[in-house]
Amino acid sequence: MTNPKIPDAPPPGTGDESRVSDTRPKSGFRMLLPTMTPWLAVGLILVVGITVFGVLAPFLVGDPDQIRDQGLSGPSAEFPLGTTQTGQDVLAQLAYATRGSLQIGLIVGVLATILSCFFGIYGAYRGRLVDEAFSLLSNVFLVIPGLPLVIVISGFVPRESRGLWTIAVVLAVTGWAASARVLRAQTLSVRNRDYVAASKVSGERPWRVILVEILPNLLPVIASQFVFAVIAAILGEAGLSFIGLGASNSSTLGTMLFYAQNGFALPLGAWWWFVPPGLMIALFGMGLSIVNFSIDEIINPKLKNMRLHRKRARKAAKLERRLAQHRAVPDPEESGR
Amino acid sequence: MTSVHVTDLVKDYKLRSGLKRTRLRAVDHVSLELVPGRTVALVGESGSGKSTIAKILTRMERPTSGTVDVRLEDGTAVDGAAYRREVQMVFQDPFASLNPFHSIEHHIARPLRIHKRTGTNEETHARVIEMLERVNLSPGEDLAPRRPHELSGGQRQRVAIARALAPGAQVLIADEPVSMLDVSIRLGVLNLLGRLQREDDLAVLYITHDLATARHFSDEIVVLYRGRVVERGPSDAVILDPRHDYTKLLAQAAPDPERPGRLAADAGPVDRDAIDNGRCYDHFAGQWRDAGVPTESKERSA
Amino acid sequence: MTTMSETARAERLAVAQPVLTVADLTVVYEVEKPVTAVRDADLTLHRGEILGLAGESGCGKTTLAYAVNRLHRPPARIASGRITFHDRSGEDIDILSLKEADLRLFRWEKLSMVFQGAMNALNPVTSVRAQLRDTLLAHRPGMSRAEVRERSADVLERVGVDPVRLGSYPHELSGGMRQRVMIAMAMLLEPQIMVMDEPTTALDVVVQRDILREIVRLRDELDFAVVFITHDLPLLLEISDRIAVMLDGEIVELDTADRLYRDARHPYTRKLLGSFPSLSGTRGSFIRDGVDQPEEPS
Repeated sequence: MTNPKIPDAPPPGTGDESRVSDTRPKSGFRMLLPTMTPWLAVGLILVVGITVFGVLAPFLVGDPDQIRDQGLSGPSAEFPLGTTQTGQDVLAQLAYATRGSLQIGLIVGVLATILSCFFGIYGAYRGRLVDEAFSLLSNVFLVIPGLPLVIVISGFVPRESRGLWTIAVVLAVTGWAASARVLRAQTLSVRNRDYVAASKVSGERPWRVILVEILPNLLPVIASQFVFAVIAAILGEAGLSFIGLGASNSSTLGTMLFYAQNGFALPLGAWWWFVPPGLMIALFGMGLSIVNFSIDEIINPKLKNMRLHRKRARKAAKLERRLAQHRAVPDPEESGR
Repeated sequence: MTSVHVTDLVKDYKLRSGLKRTRLRAVDHVSLELVPGRTVALVGESGSGKSTIAKILTRMERPTSGTVDVRLEDGTAVDGAAYRREVQMVFQDPFASLNPFHSIEHHIARPLRIHKRTGTNEETHARVIEMLERVNLSPGEDLAPRRPHELSGGQRQRVAIARALAPGAQVLIADEPVSMLDVSIRLGVLNLLGRLQREDDLAVLYITHDLATARHFSDEIVVLYRGRVVERGPSDAVILDPRHDYTKLLAQAAPDPERPGRLAADAGPVDRDAIDNGRCYDHFAGQWRDAGVPTESKERSA
Repeated sequence: MTTMSETARAERLAVAQPVLTVADLTVVYEVEKPVTAVRDADLTLHRGEILGLAGESGCGKTTLAYAVNRLHRPPARIASGRITFHDRSGEDIDILSLKEADLRLFRWEKLSMVFQGAMNALNPVTSVRAQLRDTLLAHRPGMSRAEVRERSADVLERVGVDPVRLGSYPHELSGGMRQRVMIAMAMLLEPQIMVMDEPTTALDVVVQRDILREIVRLRDELDFAVVFITHDLPLLLEISDRIAVMLDGEIVELDTADRLYRDARHPYTRKLLGSFPSLSGTRGSFIRDGVDQPEEPS
């Protein structure tokens, strides 16, 4: 009870002095930000870079649909990423396609997160019948194989009405269940903490207990689920578009790949046509995943401690080795510490 | 000035293992009385039902049967939102009972707002500071914006006490309020509770497994064993002159440097199942009564 | 009454030979700002003695206990000091210069530990018998089955658990029973020192009492030394021969239990003693009507 459970945890009392002097008021949100590590920096650079590209580049490039007579030409000064079979500028297409993919990723991410929060958190908080029903529902959605269902639904919707939103809703509806289960588990654990009981005892209304007491403590989990949903949505949409079931009149990285495939880019060796969109998807997914690892450290502080721990352990081992060497000849500097 | 009359409280939990359903009686016909200015200690080991009683008193659980009757000084029964205002609780673990996300100010400002004790933001803030200083957390201005993890265990428990008193509570349930704290600050927190009780004339239920603090902190001790009250009476009488086998066992087991060498002289492990919890010694009445039966038949048997 | 235990204590101390000597031990946590968790600790543990180590959270008592058999893990490191184990055979072992393999043999064989909450450290999917057997065979590979069985039954009996329980799984045992099994496990190889870190904190007082009684009895029978770590000073006063009080990594007072109780020198010891209201005496009655002081910054 009075001892640190982990023998190697630094004594708690010793940190107090430094804390006392630090009186700056901090918002609770500060605590939720991940620590900056080289990995997180790489992830953020990738995500932010691609997002900026997707948002700004379409204003800087020409018309992606403009057909020219210099089809399938490699990268050149005029067209840095070459042209397609019909002479369209690949860079311009890439700019618009990135924007399209980000758009769908964001919409689906938000929709799926809202759905999973509702079914996961509210269900778990209410408990009993509501929880059972919501659990059953998310389990049913979980066992439905996602992509085939999306294909079936997209196939049924006539091509004319298959807009961006339709595809987004379809992807969101098939993608929320796993997150809901994760959130439910987390909520079940937070719901039983003493501070939730204390807020109920002091007379808080249920919606306030959920939104103000429980939800903030779930934010890292929600953020991580959101990031997952975005990755899944971009990949899912790319898959759909690639087989020709994507949103009509929209251009995404998936449709680019679809046209590249139809234009025999691979057999013709026109790498500049299919590599940029493929790489864009891969890099964005990678960036988001790396960001997600950092969010994991907030959800599970053990991971962070493990990282710090490894670092400190290396340092301590080094010092201890040196001490062992010096044991015969006592080192005044070492023993003075 | 609020008092609580607990009569014949029973709480059953349904257990299900496979197809078999069994019933576990966690609390068996417990009656208690909390009056302003007095502290009643509820003593027992884990699983004796003391935390269940706390949960029922704070309306986190419903009793299977029995009544909890809370009345103001003028005799009006307290219910609904007023119940939450009158009866508050201090939890055992100060590391778990404060929300890590929110500032100290939030924890005290919320009950003030919920129970409409303050109006404007400035007024609320001033009240929060006042509450903090009342529990000896000063300067309050300095502590209010901090978050729980920046405070020591003792400071957190003081915040928890301030939160419990914020609605203007007159009945305080303290569930092992010091058992998670470092020994050298335990008495400080108990002293604080004692002072607040005297100032506000609070009715306090002190739930604990520590006989020594129960004796010195409370006026009356109620010993709980396997859901039933087996002994009750003035603190000194129960501890210094225990009558029930279980109370004797507890008093014998608590370390006491005033009586060294007892360990070697001890008889050895006692068969717990041989201890009878069907009887209760009442030091006030000076006689044995039946335990685990409704009050009326208890009186008949007496 | 000049109690039995007091004379027994005095006798034991008079004939005592050291079994473990700790000199100038300093343990540092290599964190951003290095923290000295144990500072210049000097300690002599005598054969057959119960040495209490008292202090509050973060005072370094657990770190000290772990460092004694080099169970401390990085970022903690032993910055300076000397730990010598005086074997029954008369040989002196410098623990800090032991090689890893020798250290493994040393631990449990000569010095065993009962951890805080150890009762939850039993493997839930194997029986008590298998766990005792594994420990025995790891250190005594040559033991026959019959010997293993006999020894396992013997240690369980010694800690007051019916050997019938050998076939039980940890979840079938109560908390007190599990803690007894852990103590049995710790004395399996007849170590000369047992380090117990809050072995009874999670248990009810009555169960705690039973286990303490068992520990004292076993010590009398088998003559091993015990380092008993806890924050519960009254408990230490009853069971230990000598008590070391730690504050911020330093041993501020080390004395016999009786002298510590009657005549504590260090103000912190007095404060700690004063923190425990006495059960039968008058000390502590100030809680009800005493003055409430602001908490001192720790």
